[in-house]
Amino acid sequence: MIAALETVGLRKSFGALAATRDVSLRIEAGARHALIGPNGAGKTTLINLLSGVLRPDAGRILLDGADITFLPPHRRARRGMTRTFQINQLFAEMTPLETVALALSERRGLGRRWWRTLAAHADMLDEAAALLARFGLGDAMRLRASVLPYGKQRLLEIAIAIAGGPRVLLLDEPAAGVPEDERHEILSIVAALPDDVAVVLIEHDMDLVFSFARRISVLVDGALFVEGSPEEVARDPGVRQVYLGEARHG
Amino acid sequence: MTARRWEWAFWIAAIAVPFLFPGKRLLINEIAILALFALSLDLLLGYAGIVSLGHAAFFGVGAYAAGLLAKHGLTEPVAGLLLASGAAAVVGFLSSFLVLRGSDLTRLMVTMGVALMLLEVANRFDGVTGGADGLQGVTMGPVLGLFRFDLFGRTACAYSLATLLVLFLIARRIVRSPFGLSLRAVKGNRLRAAAVGVPADARLVAIYTIAAAYAGAAGALLAQTTQFVSLDVLDFHRSADVLLVLVLGGSGYLYGGLIGAAIFKLMQDWLAALTPQYWQFWIGLVLVLVVLAGRERLSATAARLWARLARRPAREPPA
Repeated sequence: MIAALETVGLRKSFGALAATRDVSLRIEAGARHALIGPNGAGKTTLINLLSGVLRPDAGRILLDGADITFLPPHRRARRGMTRTFQINQLFAEMTPLETVALALSERRGLGRRWWRTLAAHADMLDEAAALLARFGLGDAMRLRASVLPYGKQRLLEIAIAIAGGPRVLLLDEPAAGVPEDERHEILSIVAALPDDVAVVLIEHDMDLVFSFARRISVLVDGALFVEGSPEEVARDPGVRQVYLGEARHG
Repeated sequence: MTARRWEWAFWIAAIAVPFLFPGKRLLINEIAILALFALSLDLLLGYAGIVSLGHAAFFGVGAYAAGLLAKHGLTEPVAGLLLASGAAAVVGFLSSFLVLRGSDLTRLMVTMGVALMLLEVANRFDGVTGGADGLQGVTMGPVLGLFRFDLFGRTACAYSLATLLVLFLIARRIVRSPFGLSLRAVKGNRLRAAAVGVPADARLVAIYTIAAAYAGAAGALLAQTTQFVSLDVLDFHRSADVLLVLVLGGSGYLYGGLIGAAIFKLMQDWLAALTPQYWQFWIGLVLVLVVLAGRERLSATAARLWARLARRPAREPPA
């Protein structure tokens, strides 16, 4: 079976620092896959390689079996791989409704349509509003993104990525910086993601990782250290040493 | 009053002004042309976030194209306007690739450089353009074969205002469309725009070409209504003026260029009568004040005052 997303010998260096070292991953359709590792392990570099923000020095990236290694980010999004960002990347001056409508219109290939107003695309606005309501953003959908509370902005990050209709979704620390009492909103949204979407989660929050993932890859110093089920990874003495022990005490 | 009513009021006033001040029609024509030029820059700056100090390049191409077409036999203005606008669009498309990347500073320099080059090209090929003497022998036929240009600017003023209105309505539709939304997205956050599938470069090429066509139309209007084209249409001061106009009126809501053009031209007209030699001093002072005080702050203060005035009667306890 063709993997939803596959990397073969992916490599990236910044000067003398090897941030990604021969990473080969297979993400099956509908997977719940977590990427963990200590700070500086190269998780964000890997996501930037996957989404096309960075270009690898060597190796290949396959989306549904097609080589996308050198496609620009927007083409990857159109082919069904969307992402969220660890640090919010929102359109400060746009409302959640506009933002999600934008993602929907690009997904439908309407982005070049200049002769009809957005307001005339009622079906698209309805769909955007329905999606935002599912994310608990219904009341806030006509406010500018910059005035939303931080937790709502994190939810909007995910909503935008979902609106793109992905088959592969890359979540870069969705709960980063979210206060403890608002975290459950993010958790329940992540838990309720559609089954047919392969989700790759980067996260420091071990509760979230172990409640969510059916498969976990551990990155250390840019290389794949261990990969397996959550039980296998939790039992692995090497992982306990380099990562889990450190995280529990840290 | 809703935004829609404001828009109606604005345009009814714009159409009424030439009738109320028949002696000022030539000035109103100039305002309409500058307004269209500023509208064109607003599409770039206000919606796509591209700064330019060389927007006169496209104004000039449109002006020379319209002038040359008329001189060589195509004297019907509307056809000339469309062709001239198309010529500016071609130049805009070709130069758009130079402004795709880079900081605001590089864009300022690149756009300015393109305008300077075109100015020297027009200067060098004086056999075609008339060089420093200007393009002589431009005679325009009646608009649509019906309305002759007259000495008092009656036709000129109506023609320019009508063109401005039509192109404004198209621009209004463009910025409210999914395409316009994607431009705002590229302006707001290019990284995220790409992540939702927006091809930023292609969208910027498109809006740069459209804006060039708009600037070309403004240049064509000037050439046609004055029946003369000089190197001045490509001059640096024209690029600087239009940026100033947009700063005066505010960018990003389409009316800023129109309001700014009216303020700029009226100030120029009024100050030039008072102090013919030093009017630019006062324009400069106003510019400094506007930029330092911040147009956003000024308009926010105005909006607050307005809201207070509007609320006051409602707060009165019932008698």
